[in-house]
Amino acid sequence: MVSPLAGALAVIVGWMTIGLAALVPAGNAFFARRLAFPLGTFAGLALAVFGLQALWMPAQQLILPLGLPDLPFHLRVDGLSGFFLLLLGAVSAGITIYATGYFREETADRITLITLLYHFFLASMALVVLADDAYLFMVAWETMALSSYFLVTTDHKIPAIRSAGFLYLLVAHLGAIAILLCFGVMHGGSGDYTFAALRAADLTPAWATVAFLLAFFGFGAKAGMIPLHAWLPEAHPAAPSPVSALMSGIMLKTAIYGMVRVIYDLLGSVRWEWGIVVLVIGAATTLFGVLYALMQHDLKRLLAYHSVENIGIILLGLGMSMVFVGFGQTAAGALGLIAALYHTLNHAVFKALLFLGAGSILHATGLRNLNDMGGLIRKMPVTAFYFLIGALAISALPPLNGFVSEWLTFQTALQAPLLDHGVVRSLLPLFAATLALAGALTAMCFVKVYGIAFLGQAREPEHAPRAAHAGPTHDCGAAERIGMAWLAAGCFVLGLFPASFLLMLNRISTALIGGGLPDSALESNWLWLVPTHAAKASYSPLIFLAVIVAVTLLAFFLVRRFYHGRVRVAPPWDCGFPAQTPRMQDTADAFGQPIRHVFGPLYRMRRELPGPDDPKPRFVLQVEDRHWYWLYLPVARVTNLISAKIGLLQQGRISTYLLYSFCTLIALLILVR
Amino acid sequence: MSLASQFVNLLAALLLLIAFAMLSQRRILTLIHLFAWQGVALAASTFVVAYTTGQSHLYFSGVLTVVLKVILIPWVLHRLIDSLNIKWDVETLLNIPTTMLAGIGLAIFAFALATPISQMANTLTRSTLGIAMATVLLSFLMMIVRRKAVPQVIGFLAMENGLFFAATSATYGMPLVVELGVALDVLVGTFIFGIFFFHIREQFDSLEVRHMERLKED
Amino acid sequence: MEHAPGIAFQILQSVFVVLAAPLLMGWVNQCRAWLQNRAAPSLLLPYYTLAKLLQKDAVIARDASPLFRVTPYVLFGCMWLAAGIVPVLATDLPFAPAADVIALVGVFALARVFSALAAMDIGTSFGGLGARREMLIGFLAEPAMLMTMFTAAFISGSTQLTTIVETLAHREFAIYPSLAFAAVAFLMVLLAENARIPIDNPTTHLELTMIHEAMILEYSARHLALIEWAVSIKLFAYMTIGFALFVPWGIAEAGHWGALPLAFASLALKLAFAGAGLAVLEAMLAKVRLFLAPEFLSTAFLLAVLGMLIHFLMQS
Repeated sequence: MVSPLAGALAVIVGWMTIGLAALVPAGNAFFARRLAFPLGTFAGLALAVFGLQALWMPAQQLILPLGLPDLPFHLRVDGLSGFFLLLLGAVSAGITIYATGYFREETADRITLITLLYHFFLASMALVVLADDAYLFMVAWETMALSSYFLVTTDHKIPAIRSAGFLYLLVAHLGAIAILLCFGVMHGGSGDYTFAALRAADLTPAWATVAFLLAFFGFGAKAGMIPLHAWLPEAHPAAPSPVSALMSGIMLKTAIYGMVRVIYDLLGSVRWEWGIVVLVIGAATTLFGVLYALMQHDLKRLLAYHSVENIGIILLGLGMSMVFVGFGQTAAGALGLIAALYHTLNHAVFKALLFLGAGSILHATGLRNLNDMGGLIRKMPVTAFYFLIGALAISALPPLNGFVSEWLTFQTALQAPLLDHGVVRSLLPLFAATLALAGALTAMCFVKVYGIAFLGQAREPEHAPRAAHAGPTHDCGAAERIGMAWLAAGCFVLGLFPASFLLMLNRISTALIGGGLPDSALESNWLWLVPTHAAKASYSPLIFLAVIVAVTLLAFFLVRRFYHGRVRVAPPWDCGFPAQTPRMQDTADAFGQPIRHVFGPLYRMRRELPGPDDPKPRFVLQVEDRHWYWLYLPVARVTNLISAKIGLLQQGRISTYLLYSFCTLIALLILVR
Repeated sequence: MSLASQFVNLLAALLLLIAFAMLSQRRILTLIHLFAWQGVALAASTFVVAYTTGQSHLYFSGVLTVVLKVILIPWVLHRLIDSLNIKWDVETLLNIPTTMLAGIGLAIFAFALATPISQMANTLTRSTLGIAMATVLLSFLMMIVRRKAVPQVIGFLAMENGLFFAATSATYGMPLVVELGVALDVLVGTFIFGIFFFHIREQFDSLEVRHMERLKED
Repeated sequence: MEHAPGIAFQILQSVFVVLAAPLLMGWVNQCRAWLQNRAAPSLLLPYYTLAKLLQKDAVIARDASPLFRVTPYVLFGCMWLAAGIVPVLATDLPFAPAADVIALVGVFALARVFSALAAMDIGTSFGGLGARREMLIGFLAEPAMLMTMFTAAFISGSTQLTTIVETLAHREFAIYPSLAFAAVAFLMVLLAENARIPIDNPTTHLELTMIHEAMILEYSARHLALIEWAVSIKLFAYMTIGFALFVPWGIAEAGHWGALPLAFASLALKLAFAGAGLAVLEAMLAKVRLFLAPEFLSTAFLLAVLGMLIHFLMQS
C-alpha cells in the first residue's frame, strides 16, 4: 500500500513533470494539446484517492532534503490536509479534463505556456496543503500566486486584463506579508519555523490575538473576504475559464485551509471573541457578495461575486464553530467546523461546474454579457443541463449539495441555547438570518442567470459580430462534457449521501478540536443525516428525492393514461399581444431592478435616463463597488502621496547619494561604539 | 412559571410588537389605533398584576389607564387630525426597513442593559423590564425619524406607556399620587400640543417639523 | 414491520391533503363571495375546473423547452412532499424525519425557482415580469418563514415538525410571547407566498398587476390543472403548518389512533375558521403597490427575527 504522503508527493512531481515537459521544444505542441491535460486528470484522480486514504490514517511526516541548508522542507499529511487533497484532486480532475477540450484550439506557444503554468499551479496548491513548516508554506504560496498571475494575464495584450492581474498580485502579496508576519509572531522567538514548533510555542492571549488577526486578514485577502475582495471580480473573469474554475473552486479554499490550520491547529486555544470577528466579517462578506452579484450582467463577474458570498458562508460556519469552541462546547463547535468544511467542498464542486458552463458559452457564442444571450438551451442542451444542476446547487435547493451545508450551518446556529453568554447567544440567530437572506437572494440571482442565458429567445441576432471562431452556436465537445458530468455527479453524490461525508469530516474535527459529534449523531445509517440527535433534527435527501421523483412520474403516467389529449404547438400566447419581439424580454439589469430599488443606498449607482423628446434615447447604468471609494482609492492616494514624498530622496545627483552612504557609515560607527 | 406571569409576559411582548408596528406604520389613523391597543395591553397587564399580588391601588391605575389612554387621548387625537385634515405621513427620515433594523438594535441594547437589574428584582414580572425599556427607546426612535408633528406626539405618549409599564413590572407601580400627577400632565400636554398644532399650521401652512428650522437665528 | 401502519397512514394523509385542498380553495372563495354580497359558486367548483382542464388539449408555445413541460409535474411533486411531512392529523409520520422545517422551506423554494424558470422559458415579457416579481416576493418571504420556524425550533429544541407539535401541544400549557411575533410574521408570509391580498390579487385579469398569475400565463389544460392543484395544496400546507406551530391542539399523538376522529373534527374546524379569516382579511385590506411589498415582507422578516430574540432575551 502506498503511503498517502508518498503518493501525494509523486502526484506533485508528476504535475511538475507534465508542466516542464511542455517546454521541451520537440513535439511539445502535440503533447500539450493531446496528452498533457488527460495525464493531469489522472494525476488529480490519484491525488483524490490518496487524500481520501489520508483521512483514515494517522498523520504522517516527511523531511525532504531540498531547500536551504538549515531549513529543509517538512511535509505532513493529516486528516485536514487529506480532505483538501481530496478536494483539489477530485475537482481539478473534472476541470483538467474539460481544459483538454477547451484549450485544443489555442496556438502552440500559448498552449505550452498554459500547460506549464496550469500544472505548476496545481502542484503548488497541493504543496501548500502538505507543507509542515513556514518556509515551504510560503514558497508554495508564492508559487501559487505567481503561476495564477501568469495564467490570469494569458491575454495580457488587453489593458483591462493587465490591470486586473496587477490588482490581483498586489492583494495577494499584501496577504502573503500578513501571513509571514503571523508566522513570525507565532514562532515566539525560538528560531524554529516548523509547524510542530509553532504548535508548541506558548503565546500570551494578546500575541495570540495579534497572530489570529494577521492570519485572518492575510488568508482572507486570498479568500476574497470583505474588504479585501476587490481583486476577485477583476481577476477571475480575466482568466481563461478553466483557470477561473481552478481559482474560484480551489485556490480560495487553500486560504480556508490556511485559516483552519493556523487558528485551530497552530494557535490551539480558540477564543470566542475571535469567532465574533469572523462572524461579523463573514456576514458582511455574504451580504455584499450576493448583493453585488445581483447587479452584474457579465456572467463571469457575477460568478466571481458569488464566490465572495460563499466564502462568507464558510466564514459564518467557521465563526460559529469558534464561538462554540471558545465557550467549551466542542460538539457544537465540531458541527460548525464540519458545516464550514462541507461547504468548502460543495462550493468547489458547483462553482467549478458553473465556471466551466460559462466557459462553454463563451467558447460557443463568444458572449460573456448576459444581455446578449438567450435561448441557448436549444443550441446547447447538454451545457444547459449541467449548468442547471450547478445553479440549483448554488441556490441551496434540496436535494443537492448546497442545501446540505447550509442545513448544517443552520443546525449549528440552532445550538445557540448551549451558550452561557446572553448577548452572544442571541446574536447567533441573527447570523443565521443573514444566511437565510443570502440563500434566498442567491436563488433569485440564478433564476436570473439561467433564465436570461438559456431560456427565452436570443436577444442578439445570430449574425452579431462575435469572436474569432466561426460557425453556428454549437454545444460543447466530448472532453468538456466529461468534465462537467464529473462535477455534476459530484453535486449529486455530495447532496444525496451526506452522512458518509459527515463521518469523514468528524474525524478531522476530532483531531483538531479534540471532540467530535456526539454518538447519537453517528448512530444512524447512511440514509439519514443527523447532526446531534435523531429526535432533534434529521434529513434524508434520498427519501426526499425519491418522493418527488415518484410523485412526478406517477402524475405524469396517470395524466398520460387518463387524459392524453393532444398537444398543439402554437406561437406564445402572451395575453394576445401581437408584436412580441425578443428584445422585449427582461435583460439582466431589468431583472435586478427590484433589488436596486430595495437596496439602493448600498450601491454606488450612476444612471442616465433618456428624456422624453430625446432623438437618440440612451439608458446608461453603472453600478460600482463602494469599497473602491471607501478603501482602495484612499489607500492608493495615501500610498502615492507617501511615495511622492519619499521620492524626493531620489535627487539623481551622485553627490547626494554619496552623502547618504556617508551618513549611514557615520551612524553605524556611532552605533557600534 | 405561573400562568399569571406568563400572561403578563405575553402582554409585554404584545406591547413591544405594537411599538414595532408603530415604527413601520405610515397612516396616522392606524397609529392612533395602535396607541389605543397599547393602552389596552398596558391596562390588562396592570389588572393581572393587581389581581395576583393583591395591590388594590393598581386597580385604580388600570382604570385610569383605560379612561385616559384608551378612550380620552385617542378621541382627542382623532378629532385633532380630523380638523387638521391630515391622514398620511410623508416619507420618514430613514426608510422603514432601516428603521426596523435600528429598532432591533435598540431592543437588544435595552435587554442587555436590563439583564443585571432584572436578576436583582424579585417581582412577579422581572423579565419584562427589558421590554419596557425597549418600548421607551423605540418610541423615542419613532419621535426622531418622523417628519410630521402628530406621530411625534404619539411617540411621546407611547414612551410614557413604556415608562408606566417599567414602573409596574419592577416596583408594582408608583405611589398613586405620583401617578395621578403624571396622568394629568400627559392630558394637559396633549391639549397644549393640540393648540400648538394649530399655531404651527397657521404659521407654516404645514405640520412638517422641519419648517420649524426656519426659526433659528441666521 | 412495526412502521407499516405509520407508513400507510402517511400515504393516506398525503392523499387526503391532495384531495381536500381544492375544497379549501372553494370554501375561501365562497366566504369571499358572501362578504362581497354576491351568490357564491358551488363549493366543489375547483374540482369541476380541474376536471375540465384535464380534458382539454394542451397548447404549448413553439419554443418551449423540456423544462417548461416538466415544471408542472415537479411543482405537484414538491407540494405532495410538503403535504406528506406536515403533521396534519397525527404526528406518527415515519417519513417525516426525512425533511425538517428547513427542508420544508427548501421544498417551497425549489417549487418557486422551477416556476420562475418556466415563466422565463417562453421568452415573453409577461413571463419575465412574473418571474422577477415572484423572486422579489420570495427573497424576503423565504427567510421570514425560516426565522419563524427557528423560533418554534428554539422553543421545542428540535427542527422536526412532529417533535415541535408534540412539544407545543402535549407539554403543559404555556404561553410563549415569542410565538406571538412569529405568528404575525407567519401570517404575513402566508399572504405573500400564496398570492393573496395585500400582495397579489388572485382574481385579477390585468397582466401588469399580476405576480403569480403572470408566471403561469402560457400554461393550459393538464399542465394548468396540475399547477392550480399545486397552488391549492400549497395554501392547505401553509395553513396546516400554521396550525401545527401556533394552534397544535387536536392533532393526534403518535400511536393514539383513537384520537383521529377528534383530529379530523378539529382540523375541519380550524380550516373553516382560517378560510373565513383569510376571506375577511382579503376583504378588509387592499392590494399594495408592488414596491411596498418588500416593505411588508421585510417587516415580517424583522418581526420573525425579533421573535427569536425575544425568546432568548426573556429566558435569562
